[in-house]
Amino acid sequence: MQAIINYLHNLVPLELFKGMWVTGRYLFRRKITVQYPEEKTPQSHRFRGLHALRRYPNGEERCIACKLCEAVCPAVAITIESEERADGSRRTTRYEIDLSKCIYCGFCEESCPVDSIVETRHFEYHGEIRDDLIMTKEKLLEVGDLFEQQIAADRLADSKYR
Amino acid sequence: MFGFLRDNVWSPLAGAVLSQPYDGYAVYLLDVLIKIIVVVACVLFTFAYTTYAERKVSAWIQLRIGPNRVGVFGFRMFGLAQPVADGIKAIFKEIIIPTRASKLLFVLAPILALGPAFAAWAVIPFNDVMVLADINAGLLYIIAMTSLAVYGIIIAGWASNSKYAFLGSLRSAAQIVSYEISMGFALVCVLVAAGSLNLGDIVNAQSGKYGFLNWYWLPLLPMFYVYFVSGLAETNRLPFDVVEGESEIVAGFHVEYSGIAFATFFIAEYTNMILISILTSILFLGGWLSPFQGIPVVGAPSIFWLLGKTALFLFLFLWIRWTFPRYRYDQIMRLGWKVFLPITIVWVVVTSVMVVAKVPPWFS
Repeated sequence: MQAIINYLHNLVPLELFKGMWVTGRYLFRRKITVQYPEEKTPQSHRFRGLHALRRYPNGEERCIACKLCEAVCPAVAITIESEERADGSRRTTRYEIDLSKCIYCGFCEESCPVDSIVETRHFEYHGEIRDDLIMTKEKLLEVGDLFEQQIAADRLADSKYR
Repeated sequence: MFGFLRDNVWSPLAGAVLSQPYDGYAVYLLDVLIKIIVVVACVLFTFAYTTYAERKVSAWIQLRIGPNRVGVFGFRMFGLAQPVADGIKAIFKEIIIPTRASKLLFVLAPILALGPAFAAWAVIPFNDVMVLADINAGLLYIIAMTSLAVYGIIIAGWASNSKYAFLGSLRSAAQIVSYEISMGFALVCVLVAAGSLNLGDIVNAQSGKYGFLNWYWLPLLPMFYVYFVSGLAETNRLPFDVVEGESEIVAGFHVEYSGIAFATFFIAEYTNMILISILTSILFLGGWLSPFQGIPVVGAPSIFWLLGKTALFLFLFLWIRWTFPRYRYDQIMRLGWKVFLPITIVWVVVTSVMVVAKVPPWFS
């Protein structure tokens, strides 16, 4: 008897129909696709996108070339060279982030004592040659100037948790 | 319809050109050629939109939308032009022939896979008169042609000179041979029931006053099931796609193929799918007969009934593919040899008894 039941079960595995019932129902469910260029998913204010170097309101760059970010970077994507400026303060002469190495972990941002290097919410960028993906100090400062308002607002929103 | 064209269009046209009545072989040849082109074009069109349907159905089952961008002149139309874009892409991609491959066989294999898939359509009747070759050995011809498809796959695996492709083709050979037998026995049941190998006669034998209860799916219910599941195995569709088995052997027999050569295998697979679907509808679901036979208007036999039933089975193919995981190889073999084969043999006897005893309403 058991052999016959086993045989019939092998012939028509009823649980397969249960599976088809499940997928059959999903066929008519509401679809959750976000159609990207027209629709976008909501973004956290902690989103980690393209990097930027910030300035103080008086226009002075924040970075003091402490090289903590360079040290903490797990992908070794940051290169910093520094020297003493005429007024005696230590500043970077070279600050580069290689975006093709960067893993967007946000450690640089975490480690920065003066909130200079940050990751903005901007993520829709590309490079047509590899050099485009190396963010020089000029480019980073430019991005910072461009997004300063949003960056500041995001830091403020996050400040009570930091 | 085709005979109408020959008698009323081509023949007078040839006669007008030659300024005398002409009814020779040239007209006959032209007539057959045009029929073949029409059938192949229809099959290719169905193939194109089956791929589209496959992508849509898979998307819907996974709560996605599926292709919806490619349209004509800026009109998206739910991505209905997607198959055209896919085709153009496949044609313009490079065909890479591996260095150590056997070049002739490598190029020949996709053609060998595609040829039988199209050739089988010669005997498929679309309604009482629309059939390319109304031969009496139709069913036999179908069995022969669907079995030939395995050669393309085996040769592809062999010629690629790649271990994955070779493993895939070995699996395919064993699998198709196993399921060919139960499939053949299922067809023997239909043959015994209808008393004919001619597909048109098989459909007409299913006609009766009870409509869909007269069709062979009811007396041959296990065979109906076995035939369709064997069809899944025969076309290497999930859950029987160990031949491709991407998690184990990359892509199986067509791992080395690219561009239009790969697309040719794709066309062959889908053409076989459509073929199995239309055959299942013809053999077990009464082909072009209406399920409401006897009732006016909706009871009339029509090609649309056949196409509707075929579409139903095609959808079933897709639905099954996107629901089930792959069978393990030994499970496939067990299902083929130890489960399907015995019941088909038993059912040949049962069918014979039913036919001899003239069980109504099917065999009276």
